[in-house]
Amino acid sequence: MKKLMSGNEAIARGAFEAGVTVAAAYPGTPSTEILENMVEYKEHIYSEWAPNEKVACEVAIGASIAGSRSLAAMKHVGVNVAADSFFTYAYLGVNAGFVLVSADDPSMHSSQNEQDNRYYAKFAKMALIEPSDSQEAKDFLKEAYKISEQYDIPVLYRVTTRVCHSKSLVELGERENFGFKPYVKRADKFVATPANAKIAHGKLEAKLKALEEYANNSPLNKAEYNENTNIGIITASVAYQYVKEVFGEKASYLKLGFTFPLPMAMIRDFAAKFETVYVVEELEPFMEEQIKAAGIKVIGKELIPNMYELNPDIVAKALLGIENETKTVDTEVVARPPVLCPGCPHRGFFYTMSKKKNTVVAGDIGCYTLGGTEPLNALDSVICMGAGISAAMGMAKSFEVTGRDTKVFGVVGDSTFLHSGITGAIDVVYNKGKMIPVVLDNSITGMTGHQENPGTGKTLMGEDTLALDPVDVLKSIGYKTVATVDPCDLKAMNEVVDEAMKATEPYAIVTKRPCVLIKGLPPFKTKCEVIPEKCTKCKMCLKVGCPAISFKDGVSYIDQSMCVGCDVCMQVCKFDAIVKVGEQ
Amino acid sequence: MRETKNILLVGVGGQGIILVSKILIAGLMKAGYDVKMSEVHGMAQRGGSVTTQVRFGEKVYSSIIGKGQADILVSFEKMEAARWIEYLKPQGTVVVNNYEIPSMPIATLKAKYPENVLEALAKEFKTVTLDAGQAAIEIGNIKTQNIVLFGALVKALGMNDIDWVEILKENLPAKMVDINIKAFQKGMEL
Repeated sequence: MKKLMSGNEAIARGAFEAGVTVAAAYPGTPSTEILENMVEYKEHIYSEWAPNEKVACEVAIGASIAGSRSLAAMKHVGVNVAADSFFTYAYLGVNAGFVLVSADDPSMHSSQNEQDNRYYAKFAKMALIEPSDSQEAKDFLKEAYKISEQYDIPVLYRVTTRVCHSKSLVELGERENFGFKPYVKRADKFVATPANAKIAHGKLEAKLKALEEYANNSPLNKAEYNENTNIGIITASVAYQYVKEVFGEKASYLKLGFTFPLPMAMIRDFAAKFETVYVVEELEPFMEEQIKAAGIKVIGKELIPNMYELNPDIVAKALLGIENETKTVDTEVVARPPVLCPGCPHRGFFYTMSKKKNTVVAGDIGCYTLGGTEPLNALDSVICMGAGISAAMGMAKSFEVTGRDTKVFGVVGDSTFLHSGITGAIDVVYNKGKMIPVVLDNSITGMTGHQENPGTGKTLMGEDTLALDPVDVLKSIGYKTVATVDPCDLKAMNEVVDEAMKATEPYAIVTKRPCVLIKGLPPFKTKCEVIPEKCTKCKMCLKVGCPAISFKDGVSYIDQSMCVGCDVCMQVCKFDAIVKVGEQ
Repeated sequence: MRETKNILLVGVGGQGIILVSKILIAGLMKAGYDVKMSEVHGMAQRGGSVTTQVRFGEKVYSSIIGKGQADILVSFEKMEAARWIEYLKPQGTVVVNNYEIPSMPIATLKAKYPENVLEALAKEFKTVTLDAGQAAIEIGNIKTQNIVLFGALVKALGMNDIDWVEILKENLPAKMVDINIKAFQKGMEL
């Protein structure tokens, strides 16, 4: 029986079928649902949300050393955080199989860059596997564990947004009764001293040579020849689906699922059969560079763009010069950027900051990145997880040494604080930074769709556990004052910010209000409504950037199906034109 | 050999598009089609413009629909229909909900909601306009708006050999079945 599965569901299923017993991750789009779905197999697989990707990767590495087939999953930029661990684990090799899933986001649907993580396989010297749909996402994972164990090497399992979040039919299989590999102390293998690492590097180079031989015969790599074709296409990942859509039986294909080390003999043999050989791959010329360096004549990024995700249109236009007939309509279309939800607790903080002069706010990755959008426009920078505090520290130091009196705030969420904000917050105290860390604690990991974290008191597997409070953490690392405030209480929020700006000793702010989308929380019992006669059209309420508020028939209007009654708009209205309605 | 058909569902994050695509796919799978779908997660979902793409046929490769390739475009919000119209085949059908959600530039008066969307659509394409929100309110639950639109989609699709009422029963919580069957039938009639 076939089941409709997303690539992420299929990876979780693949881990189950492959006999995986330990899995760890930090949530991040497009990878999040891998571990969310792993919970379905909790009788067989221990799975956890780690505080960050490095911890997740190390947990999985430890489990692999101990004898469990293990998996770590993260988004592409999370792999940067984890990199320190797997670069060395590649040298050491595994006990039981280890797979690192990197979910890349070409076109940056929900990311700050679109780095092509296949280069990590070449850089760290790991095997690389790239499935192109959900069936392969499940099946190739089983092969990944065999490769990892047979060649004593970690496997980078690279998927992309369209593999992760597309659904297609999957034929399910049984769970392999792998059990575990016995653990035997082998310090010469697993203790990465310089002396051991020197030997390990030599071994790793030999493993890669053996893996190239494997690649030439791997079931993951296959040539599909169609009759009377003079075009050959070398492709991998979801790009394979696009070229098949465009060329059908009018070309032949070398479809690669195992892409580092590349099967160069197989590629050479395939390429020799055609007048024209294209390499079609999303983002960077990862395969193309290596193929060209091997002296094989192919055409790739001369025609296929190296930015943004591909699709059948782009492939057809680039390689065949064909464009589908389209029609447009004669009307304006206004942009619809993402926004903070109605009732979002972050709104009160950002609204407050948008009114403060001579301040700089460094932001971070999460829903609160949206505090930088119009009309709040309350962020000066967003770089990566944790930089909300540490980049703010650098800005504050720069202002200090160059004699500028601008006050710097650094914003992170609760999950981000525990991910990598803590270290920045320690730096501020240790090195006497004159900046204010702000933790926007909404009791959940929000943007990725509500995952538990060390602050929520629940584990991924649904157990109750210690709930770490950012307030306690900040106090214990040296903040003399940690002000807690309900960010939707604008008066209180404003007072806390003013006090922070005057503080002479380490001062941190923790805003406390749960995300409005958390299920099961007591809802606001009232909604807000505009009394049209009282509205003076001053438009102050539009400045809070709530999607429920707009101007209709010349006055402010609150969409009752969207309003949740947080009453931030009511607090900014100076004319009492906004009132609460419904049950008090 | 059944030709691949493409259905593009568009709207604003939070309008219940995913449920419609789930029910649609359940019916298509039951009818024996190969199906692929692609949807949006993460930041884009937060009140932004969202799409769900469904492709079905004998054998489907790409999960995403190219420009000028959608057989039917179902827009849960009026302006979104115009945003995605280039993806519709010139002879395709657009099913559009006559419902406006102002985006932030419109809400903050930096831009105006376009006034002539329905006329502009109808001038170029076969256009089915319905007020799914009003229909849902008449049925007794505004939240069935998406299923009203699903009814209109099924009508435009003309796939009457599939027992959609049965599919609704199989994919909705028991207490929500009756009202949603009403919503579905309403969508078929409008």
